[in-house]
Amino acid sequence: MSTETPTLTKKDFQSDQEVRWCPGCGDYAILSALQTVMPQLGLPKEKFVVISGIGCSSRLPYYIDSYGFHSIHGRAPALATGLKLARPDLQVWVATGDGDAMSIGGNHLIQVLRRNVGVKILLFNNRIYGLTKGQYSPTSEVGKRTKSTPYGSLDTPFNPLSLAIGSGATFVARSVDIYQKHLRETLLRAAEHQGTAFIEIYQNCNIFNDHAFTYMTEKGVRQDQTLYLEHGKPLVFGKEKDRGIRFSGTELEVVQLGEGVTPEDCLTWDEAAENPTLAFMMAQMLPPDMPTPIGVLRSVDHPAYDRQVVEQIESEVEAHGHGKIEDLLYSGELWKVASDGTVSDA
Amino acid sequence: MSSETSDSTVEEKRSIATERVDDVVIRFAGDSGDGMQLTGGQLTNTSALLGNDLATLPDFPAEIRAPAGTLPGVSAFQVRIANYDIHTPGDAPDVLVAMNPAALKKSIEDLKTNGILIVNTDEFNDRNLKKAGYETNPLDGSGLDAYRVYPVALSTMTRRTLEDSPLDFKSRDRCRNFFALGMIYWLYSRPMENTIEWLESKFAKKPDVAEANISVMKAGLNYCDITQAFQVRYEVDAAHLPEGTYRNVMGNAALSIGLVAASRRSGLPLFLGSYPITPASDILHDLSRFKHFGVTTFQAEDEIAAVCSAIGAAYGGALGVTTTSGPGLALKGEALGLAAMVELPLIVVNVQRGGPSTGLPTKTEQADLLQSMFGRNGECPVPIVAAASPADAFDSAMEAVRIAVRHMVPVILLSDGYIANGSEPWLLPEIEDLPDLRTDFHTDAEDFQPYSRDPQTLARPWAIPGTPGLEHRVGGLEKEDLSGNVSYDAKNHEKMVRLRAAKVASVADFVPSLEIDGAKTGDLLVLGWGSTLGAITGAVNVARQEGLEVSRAHLRHLNPFPRNLGEVLGSFKQVLVPEMNMGQLAFLLRAEFLVDVESMTKVQGKPFFRSEILTKIKEMLGADNVN
Repeated sequence: MSTETPTLTKKDFQSDQEVRWCPGCGDYAILSALQTVMPQLGLPKEKFVVISGIGCSSRLPYYIDSYGFHSIHGRAPALATGLKLARPDLQVWVATGDGDAMSIGGNHLIQVLRRNVGVKILLFNNRIYGLTKGQYSPTSEVGKRTKSTPYGSLDTPFNPLSLAIGSGATFVARSVDIYQKHLRETLLRAAEHQGTAFIEIYQNCNIFNDHAFTYMTEKGVRQDQTLYLEHGKPLVFGKEKDRGIRFSGTELEVVQLGEGVTPEDCLTWDEAAENPTLAFMMAQMLPPDMPTPIGVLRSVDHPAYDRQVVEQIESEVEAHGHGKIEDLLYSGELWKVASDGTVSDA
Repeated sequence: MSSETSDSTVEEKRSIATERVDDVVIRFAGDSGDGMQLTGGQLTNTSALLGNDLATLPDFPAEIRAPAGTLPGVSAFQVRIANYDIHTPGDAPDVLVAMNPAALKKSIEDLKTNGILIVNTDEFNDRNLKKAGYETNPLDGSGLDAYRVYPVALSTMTRRTLEDSPLDFKSRDRCRNFFALGMIYWLYSRPMENTIEWLESKFAKKPDVAEANISVMKAGLNYCDITQAFQVRYEVDAAHLPEGTYRNVMGNAALSIGLVAASRRSGLPLFLGSYPITPASDILHDLSRFKHFGVTTFQAEDEIAAVCSAIGAAYGGALGVTTTSGPGLALKGEALGLAAMVELPLIVVNVQRGGPSTGLPTKTEQADLLQSMFGRNGECPVPIVAAASPADAFDSAMEAVRIAVRHMVPVILLSDGYIANGSEPWLLPEIEDLPDLRTDFHTDAEDFQPYSRDPQTLARPWAIPGTPGLEHRVGGLEKEDLSGNVSYDAKNHEKMVRLRAAKVASVADFVPSLEIDGAKTGDLLVLGWGSTLGAITGAVNVARQEGLEVSRAHLRHLNPFPRNLGEVLGSFKQVLVPEMNMGQLAFLLRAEFLVDVESMTKVQGKPFFRSEILTKIKEMLGADNVN
């Protein structure tokens, strides 16, 4: 982190480009949260880079007044990796969507996660292809009727959090576009993480997949359908904080508190557990039987790949000195030819 | 082998004649596990230190260990050693060492009439003969009468030599290639010291292995000395190479060193994003060892990630490089278009191999020229530079970097399997003579326009993240001229397409004119590119010695062409274009200059023979004596 403390505001991160998402799109909320968080990170704005792939979400870099790179479909993690290895001093964010990251870019996503490159990945999950106008995506639910699946989709969807945890991700979180405060807090946590930070953001596409998350975001049901994960606290939810999550055998179950069952009987959330099993189980909690967990599922401190790459180079330089071109050219078995043609060992 | 003087030097007390020859072509052929590449490499290095000119041609299977003793498992290494400036590893060997029946079967047709054939008789058993498809033992009967055959029980003698060695039976047998090497060292009067030193340092931690190989090599040499198997031994004098310091170098190694040198000369840290692919992987291996030169190597998850990581690094101000072969270039196409659109410098090295699809991974070809020219969506020209020989890969790499950073453009650098794995003596350049590639980033925030252009090179400014006041966005969507903002404007799109094309075309303003070797005008010009240089030069030189008038030129810049190329083509009645493809350069020349060049093609996964091109030259000049 820079020692300077530039006094930046949200406005400093708003570019002069007209935002061109559909009115009512959840992307606006994510953009706003990011622009609010960036000035709080103590970095000058030229140190921020936002890299994206292709899709509605990937237009994000144009709207943030820092450095930005709108690349090609699915490849943002690969570009970001190259940039972060070349320039570990930069704070690199990746904006991607469920099609971009889970489908065409699936390989790059799992690879950046397993390597633990110090980039922050925002997965805008709206469970639909928006920019190509409404085909089902790798996170669409089975049976979804779209332009390309008029009789219902047959594909089993990806669970992005499970995929991330399975890939060895060291920071995995979920938030929701309209949970602004929670989203900002989660972005801040991601910014502080040294390795790869992966945040799935439930994002409503009001044109092609409206109300995809209404089941949990609607005012009346929100508290009953959302489980806020807080490190060190028991897993309790509900408008009246009257339900909790506990183990039943090897499964997680919802339990009604009271009548002898207290919050202490519920699972205490440990985001820092080295063993990812519980985080994976949490990722697998699905409606309608279970509340949807949001917050940090996993945050463990593993060395960042970019740091290790730099250290390996530094240690080699230290061991052998800074290499000279001469040493490179004039190496191996050399011989000299004199002007009279005589040959000798060099 | 062309014999110049026969002199009857008395070798010590034995009366074995020593004959001086101008050049010799020796091929070691054996099973993949027989160490033929290593044996050939040792002969090459030893001869280099004697001052000979050299050219090598390795030929190995795509499989790591094809079934032992079979034809697909044969691995061969051919080296030509000469006392004059040579250009190719030779059309046909003078000496063939065949370690088993399969190796004999695969190579015997190439051996010159009356050539020396050394065979390991121990391996000519029924099982191996059957595997090689021989119904009867070729060593019996008269089938090999055209050659001077030396049957040697190489395995038996290796085992006998190592009777007291602590090595296990299998490890002892593995030393037999050094028996063959010892024999060749005797036959061509080479000293063993260099190889002994190499073995001692290579197996410093396994002295038993070093010792065993040294003993076996000495046994091979002594075997020739004692048995007087050969009636004559040969010497190849040093070549009169230009003054300077030399080393032997393979193409992939020279290319790697060229990239590091370019990184140093430009002041840009080198970043390589690469995915392993034959025959390019050695560049990744080499650069991975150069960490203390500040080189970052990233073995990516696939070809696309490899090029994208290099683009990301270039965006951050590094010298971004990705290395691949044909199939990988196909995968990188979209990202290459992105690099062209965002106008960042990028080096894409394509070490070509036989195609299409997986094709012939370990064999050479030049069939990716048109893929390099056109293999992207939209109007997307990129500069193309081609290396012509192993040592030239160094200069070509520096030239590719020069173009990339001066013009802010992705550049494709073409090599091929023949250059990559072949080797030749390299006259080492003086560091101060290397091109000055110093590169500055844009830092001035006043009136900054990400897509403003240098009037000469048409390059846009390289403004890297972290620079205060230059915050801007780039991407694959069409750019508005100057501002770089996204633009769907019709007129702007046409302007930008033309600007990007003009920028690539402007590279020709900074490229030397094509030089002609020979008369500047005449009946026939032989025009080549890439690794055909050696065969073409050799053929043209022989044609001239035979009194024919023929000129020669070789293209390093395939896109854009040198400015004078059209004029050069117009100065000759006929133009011959030999290529290891179906006529791709010929296609481009016809398209651009409307000149009916004569295309000569070969797609066998093997380089041209000098004789093939010579025959064609004679045919085109209507010369007698065409053979």
